Amino acid sequence: MRLKLVPSDTNWNFFRFASITFGASVVAMVASIVLFFVMGLNYGIDFRGGTTIRTESTQAVDVGAYRAALSALDLGDVAISQVFDPSFGPERNVAQVRIQAQDAEESITPETINTVEAALKAVDPSITFPSVESVGPKVSAELVRTAILAVALSLVAVLFYIWLRFEWQFSLGAVVALVHDVTLTIGVFALLQIRFDLAIIAALLTIVGYSLNDTVVVFDRVRENLRKYKKMELRDLLNLSINDTLSRTVMTSVTTLLALIALFVLGGDVIRGFVFAMIWGIVVGTYSSVFVASNILLFLGVKRDWSKDQDGGAGTQFAKADG
Amino acid sequence: MLHFALWKRSTIWALVVIGLALAMPNLFYERVERHNDAVQAIELQGATPELVADRDAWPGWLPSGLVNLGLDLRGGAHLLAEVRVADVYADRMDALWPDVRDALRAVRDEVGPIRRADSPPAELHVNIGRPEGMAAAIAAVRQIARPTVTLTGVGSSDIEVRGAGDLLIVQLSEAEKEATDNRTIQQSLEIVRRRVDEVGTREPTIQRQGADRILIQVPGIGSAEELKALIGTTARLTFHPVVSRTDNPDEAPGAGNVLYPSLDDRGIYYVLERTPVVSGEELTDAQPGFDQNGLPSVTFRFNPAGARKFGRFTQENVGAPFAIVLDEEVISAPVIREPILGGSGQITGNFTVDDSTQLAILLRAGALPAELVFLEERTIGPELGADSIAAGKIACVVAFVAVLFFMVASYGLFGLFANIALIVNVAMIFGLLSLIGATLTLPGIAGIVLTIGMAVDANVLVFERIREELKSAKGPARAIELGYEKALSAILDANITTFITATILFTMGSGPVKGFAVTLGLGILTSVFTAIFVTRLMVVMWMERRRPRTITV
Repeated sequence: MRLKLVPSDTNWNFFRFASITFGASVVAMVASIVLFFVMGLNYGIDFRGGTTIRTESTQAVDVGAYRAALSALDLGDVAISQVFDPSFGPERNVAQVRIQAQDAEESITPETINTVEAALKAVDPSITFPSVESVGPKVSAELVRTAILAVALSLVAVLFYIWLRFEWQFSLGAVVALVHDVTLTIGVFALLQIRFDLAIIAALLTIVGYSLNDTVVVFDRVRENLRKYKKMELRDLLNLSINDTLSRTVMTSVTTLLALIALFVLGGDVIRGFVFAMIWGIVVGTYSSVFVASNILLFLGVKRDWSKDQDGGAGTQFAKADG
Repeated sequence: MLHFALWKRSTIWALVVIGLALAMPNLFYERVERHNDAVQAIELQGATPELVADRDAWPGWLPSGLVNLGLDLRGGAHLLAEVRVADVYADRMDALWPDVRDALRAVRDEVGPIRRADSPPAELHVNIGRPEGMAAAIAAVRQIARPTVTLTGVGSSDIEVRGAGDLLIVQLSEAEKEATDNRTIQQSLEIVRRRVDEVGTREPTIQRQGADRILIQVPGIGSAEELKALIGTTARLTFHPVVSRTDNPDEAPGAGNVLYPSLDDRGIYYVLERTPVVSGEELTDAQPGFDQNGLPSVTFRFNPAGARKFGRFTQENVGAPFAIVLDEEVISAPVIREPILGGSGQITGNFTVDDSTQLAILLRAGALPAELVFLEERTIGPELGADSIAAGKIACVVAFVAVLFFMVASYGLFGLFANIALIVNVAMIFGLLSLIGATLTLPGIAGIVLTIGMAVDANVLVFERIREELKSAKGPARAIELGYEKALSAILDANITTFITATILFTMGSGPVKGFAVTLGLGILTSVFTAIFVTRLMVVMWMERRRPRTITV
């Protein structure tokens, strides 16, 4: 008996509720943008400069006492948060202290770190500092620029590649789906105020890659069906293609999610935000390649004459090379 | 499509075996690491029984390449420093002054008496007695200009000379500045490397980044502060004639002189001639030691040119004090009792043993040509890294088991094939990482876990396609053939697009993000390889053996 997540031979109509699904996506995107501007992202030091100190102690973390000790030092904005992880146990109490970038300093001076550490030690003699990271404003400004550039560049590269391999309508559909995924991910980070740092950008780009993977598989089938069924209504043809590939779409998402959930639960707190972004992105990405990309394609319409001489042979040239 | 030539089969299996062999040392990480360290140590300093034992713990004929662990996994310090390249311009101007002076003296009749005036650090200003002789002065100074050697500015000269009233202004040309900057960075890199090597840590990363930055990563060092103390000091040692001693910090030193504070006696300042007699560049050796009173000191030795200059200076100035200056602070200003002709000497001051040891290291490694400003620093404790590795391992195993189980439950025997390919795939990622000496970071582990999830995708695409083809009632062989054929374009398109994003991440990202891009990119390569070659070969071999009438995928 085989495990089947999707019954074989589905014939679900993915466009019956198109106005609802598409509407929901638009609403979610608008909500994300509003959240981004109203609540803002909880930027890590990579992007705003400053210092984070991770503390570990056998005694319970007393955020109030830490704050009182540090506010006497006149360091400007200081944020303290306790970090929880199932693997810690009662003997390990971890907190994260973030200090804003100091005026007239690039990275933090040893003196500042020493005073901070001494102040915390006075509160809790058993405290240790497993990591200290400091980024100057000059570098953080560059990192922001590079991050935006990286995301934009990858979108453009993808737009170009899909246009090359398919048609511009496909390309636009794929990129709209990607923008949808990235926007929704940023929205959820704004909503939950999860720390947004350099690793999250890597996660965003992976989401871009993954969602694209999904979209391309559907599009590849659309291209094939376009050749096969020359007279079929575009809506039906898209539906057929999505149904054809549905089982694969779900299988891959489930295996990837299985792996990522293992990492989320067991991988430790340091990369939890990063893994969360990927899990969220894969759920959204799977949704968007079915409901967003195809809707755009339906809306834009496609060239119907995919006779062999004109398809550029791109779809088959690799197959031959492989032999 | 189902036919594999023998050479193809052997190539595929050979690649798999090589991948596994290259990955294998990572299973015995500590033992292999000790072996590698021992081999290196024996080469450098000869064998000791412990080193030989460590070396022999791992057979020499086995591969011994390991995946480097990034700082976030091993613990250590990371620094990003900016080199203040403009610092060097001032030195260049000082060095140029004697030549300019001589050139102008040669045309004294036309330009009259000359005097060096105060100027911004990157320029040299000279007062000229007869402003009407400016043209002659400019021409004379231009005589000493040399051509710049750069890729872009061939043919341009190294200095620019212009006149303003009675002031002759000399500065470096743009091309020369560029060339100088380049040299400064190279030199700084070299000196940082030497200083870090002196401490003897394992595999430090010291790289140039961008136009004027240096990235330094040292695993295993306690904190970024230690590292900063070591490499942040300029350690420019100079010997100057002393003009006078004062306790007024605002005293005007006069043209050609400088006012430096004393390192040990607070409130004491020395007026010194700006141009040093000798500098630390002419040292050949420096060792920590003790002076005749048993206090820590540093013994140094000049090279022949330095020894000659120092000897002549001390000969001419017996009875006068000279100052030993380190980074614009006077360590001491002893009186010259007798000429020092041997080329060696001793620096005493208010040192501890640690101070003198560190100073000796710094002097041996040489002075940084310019100041370093730190833009970014990170310290990660080794325990935190060890925790991350442990958590990552568990997560990888659980992810692996879940995916393996899921694949068999969904595709039966074919799922098993895909699983074997998946194991090969992960092993090959590690093999490739070890081969190119790439660095595994925490996001890199996430990249591997993601690959585990995604690597089955190519197989899933094929299997689903075979299922479809089977429905249209073709024989198993034909269905498998068509399955691979038709799934190929989707596999390639999907993986190429992901590879594009991995490439962009690699070029734009830094540190941990780069590590992630590397594992993701390699994971794509190996997963495509295993899906379209390894799994297929297994399916083909199974078909040849069993010749099944029907198959269920």
